[in-house]
Amino acid sequence: MEFKGRDIISIRDFSKKELLYILSIAKKIEKNSNPNLLKNKLAALLFYEPSTRTRLSFASAIKRLGGNTIGFAKGEVTSMKKGETLWDTIKMVEKYSDVIIIRHAIEGAARLAAEAASIPIINAGDGANQHPTQTLLDLYTIQKEKGKLENINIGFLGDLKYGRTVHSLAIALSHFNAKMFFISPNALKMPKHYLDELKQKKIEFTEVQDLSKVSKQLGVLYATRIQQERFPDPLEYEKYKDTYRLDKSLLENSKKDLIIMHPLPRVGEINPDLDETKNAVYFKQAANGVPVRQALLALVLGKIR
Amino acid sequence: MRKESTKRELNIPAIKEGTVIDHIPSRVTFKVMRILDLKEFEHTISVALNLKSKAMGKKGIIKVGSRFLTQDEVNKIAILAPNATVNIIKDYKVKEKINVNLPNDIRNIIKCSNPNCITNEEKVKTLFHIINKAPLQVLCHHCERVMESDDITLI
Repeated sequence: MEFKGRDIISIRDFSKKELLYILSIAKKIEKNSNPNLLKNKLAALLFYEPSTRTRLSFASAIKRLGGNTIGFAKGEVTSMKKGETLWDTIKMVEKYSDVIIIRHAIEGAARLAAEAASIPIINAGDGANQHPTQTLLDLYTIQKEKGKLENINIGFLGDLKYGRTVHSLAIALSHFNAKMFFISPNALKMPKHYLDELKQKKIEFTEVQDLSKVSKQLGVLYATRIQQERFPDPLEYEKYKDTYRLDKSLLENSKKDLIIMHPLPRVGEINPDLDETKNAVYFKQAANGVPVRQALLALVLGKIR
Repeated sequence: MRKESTKRELNIPAIKEGTVIDHIPSRVTFKVMRILDLKEFEHTISVALNLKSKAMGKKGIIKVGSRFLTQDEVNKIAILAPNATVNIIKDYKVKEKINVNLPNDIRNIIKCSNPNCITNEEKVKTLFHIINKAPLQVLCHHCERVMESDDITLI
């Protein structure tokens, strides 16, 4: 499987075999990391949108393998403010670095960057569209915690309309015959075209509003934040922000080995009283971002074949 | 030719040479004209709209004198009028029927309906992948938004 020079833009670009291969490399790196694997490699981190976990875990991933970073985070002065196009920025940055990691508020920005650049581009989130490295670390977490990816029962909870992590993970898990439960208020349901796609792939799914109706069936519960920034009307946001609040009482009505995931940040969906339970894996999930991103960097830079 | 369309000939004069595009959904007839880029065209063009059609309710017809459409042009029409029939006319007779085939990819013809798509932000050639032919669904190569035929607008 050849990954050298490849862009990581959308989870749709990867076959089941390729997804499993990336996860297997992440596992190897996590077990036995080589601190010089990316020696003399320079990654450009272009973060046009705020990010904590993604940016820091990419930086950590690179530096722990002996590489280095350049770049900027939102708020810092860039030529963007002077009206430079993304295309032109990429044409310049590709000469300064070996790989570009980009987060942008505009959907399709990473795909465009990949068209402009001859070096690999990794999408660290483009608007409400894709965030493939998050999906890979979600898959990695499920595989690690449940011991398998095939035939899991997963509940997606919260903002299923705007949540890109939900969309991408559902598409990725459609390779693994997952049974899906979409739990959301009516106004924040999974978009129809995603459901159509799942139907085409013969994936069994159910839509409900009440978590307690399905919680006993779940092996994985993937909770998400109701995203204030995606609501045009603040009043609408107020209406939905407290729809789901998970706490220890959930565990009385669910399987013992249920795992609770969340892409973070959380704003109130998960009571901290769950943190200490073995069911809560969201901090482990965030930590898994490092080996998964290390695997991707090593692969696209041709350091692992 | 079917009875139905023989009657139609009374509405629009027959052409000696050129192309007849029939069975266009009435409301997209002018869009089809735009795709064919006929603005500067010097020869006769006849257009009829809201013609009664048993199969489709209301339909449009475009007759373009002295111009023979290529397969590529015909395929572009397919985005808006997947059931259109295209006949090449020579000496008042149908010389060739061209089948309208949806291409797998649509390059730089339609605009993404997502205002937050990079193709609406920077000068970029658009690209759409056909994910479903009937009903038509296209996926934007850049922002991955799915559009249905009602959302489709031309560049």
